[in-house]
Amino acid sequence: MTVEEILFYAMSTVLVAAAVAVITVRNPVHAALALVLAFFATAFHWVMLEAEFLGILLVLVYVGAVMVLFLFVVMMLDINIARMREGFARFLPVGLVVAVGMMGLMAMVVGAGVFRIPGPERAAADHSNTAALGHLLYTEYVYPFEIAAVILLVAIIAAIALTLRRRPGTLHLDPGRQARVRRNERVRMVKMHSEKQ
Amino acid sequence: MQAIVQYWEGLPVIMQISAKITLLLTPLLLAVAYTTFAERKIIGYIQIRIGPNRVGPRGFLQPIADALKLLTKEVIVPTNANRYLFLTAPVLAIAPSLAAWAVVPFDDGMAIADINAGLLYILALTSLGVYGIIVAGWASNSRYALLGSLRSAAQIISYEIAMGFALVGVIMAAGSLNLGEIVEAQRGSVYHWFLLPLLPLFLVYFISGVAETNRAPFDVAEGESEIVAGFHVEYSGMAFAVFFLAEYANMILISALTALLFLGGWLSPLEGLLPQAAFALPVIGWVLDGGIHWFLAKTAFFLFLFLWFRATFPRYRYDQIMRLGWKVLIPVTIVWLFLEGVAVAFGLGPWFA
Repeated sequence: MTVEEILFYAMSTVLVAAAVAVITVRNPVHAALALVLAFFATAFHWVMLEAEFLGILLVLVYVGAVMVLFLFVVMMLDINIARMREGFARFLPVGLVVAVGMMGLMAMVVGAGVFRIPGPERAAADHSNTAALGHLLYTEYVYPFEIAAVILLVAIIAAIALTLRRRPGTLHLDPGRQARVRRNERVRMVKMHSEKQ
Repeated sequence: MQAIVQYWEGLPVIMQISAKITLLLTPLLLAVAYTTFAERKIIGYIQIRIGPNRVGPRGFLQPIADALKLLTKEVIVPTNANRYLFLTAPVLAIAPSLAAWAVVPFDDGMAIADINAGLLYILALTSLGVYGIIVAGWASNSRYALLGSLRSAAQIISYEIAMGFALVGVIMAAGSLNLGEIVEAQRGSVYHWFLLPLLPLFLVYFISGVAETNRAPFDVAEGESEIVAGFHVEYSGMAFAVFFLAEYANMILISALTALLFLGGWLSPLEGLLPQAAFALPVIGWVLDGGIHWFLAKTAFFLFLFLWFRATFPRYRYDQIMRLGWKVLIPVTIVWLFLEGVAVAFGLGPWFA
């Protein structure tokens, strides 16, 4: 086996183990951390596929931002595992049907001819995946790219608009007013003669 | 000389890489140890005290004594703490702060891995450091530690956006993600450095860097007057020391990156000002010309700023930190990116020509 194959099988084992751990461990924080590990192993695979831009971006966006917020929420939850497990036997048949359906769907997609392509030629050492991706995005796929950008912008504006409701009675402080405070508005200097003994 | 080069070329690749890593990490960890010493001395002098002066001549062996003390102390795992994660957290904190150094060029081509997407790699790895803090806070099974890690997570997420936008400005100006090429794009003279055209982004980057490393005045994650010591309140001995190492390694990394991205890294500030003949002088020319010494000097200057800030500014209140990040720094970067885009489109010289 070459070094690359050893790395590939090692990271694939980590990926599969982490993915199994996400759905089997009882503690939600452990599950979230296992998901982080799974993302990491996936990023490693992408880097091995010479898609280093996507690999690093996966770590940056999903591991560095999304999963941090995920952990943030999960840490605050007080999940009652016993209550979550009740009714497991009752819903098992429905769950099984859904699971088999999903499995079939995934088998159809992954097994289809689209993915049965020969591996791409190894790129030259000075090949920049980042530049190649940017070139494609801004030439061939410029309209889909810009439409996606506009949709994201709409989502951002919607999220900000949701927080803009005015609630009466909040203890809001105006930072500008705070910074403009002068001493003589707050402190009254009192001149007093010292008492004579 | 020839024999050494030949011997080096003959070594297996894995040994070459290990040797490079050792050559990088040993000075780095020594620098971290002496940064703690410099911090105590500098803040001491700012506050008109002498600082540590007992161990060794003028106290210069103090960091060694501290390291020995921490090594011999017991690592206590609190009852009901999540033992496994509790001990993993320090590793999660220090691993990214050391791994990020792999792509930092000290001189022309002097980096362990000269990769194309170097800046992106650094951004990705520095965003991983927060896991150490979050996991430490949660696994400690302590209220103060959890509060500290929640504050830290929110703060780092908020400032990462401003930091990323500031870096987008650098990428636009340099036209590359490779750190070496970013430095080369600033060649010319002091006026070609990105410090001038990207001044607001430079300020935003450094302020976000201070916030990302949880240093004063943004050290609410530790906040010893409010939540004891924040996320590492339950840690002792070497486990605590590893968090300390990670924080200082991150500080040095941010200083080094600021020097690389905005102050021309290893380029000499005298380039383009002195006549060419000055650089041909025997020893003085070597000092005046660009090289690793300029890079280290610039890094040391920013490191000094970190310590100066700590001695000067009072701690920000939590809501003020959030306001500064979201309502001041991010809008500044967006406005400046727009202006920079216009400048790039019209080829405004000498930077964007």
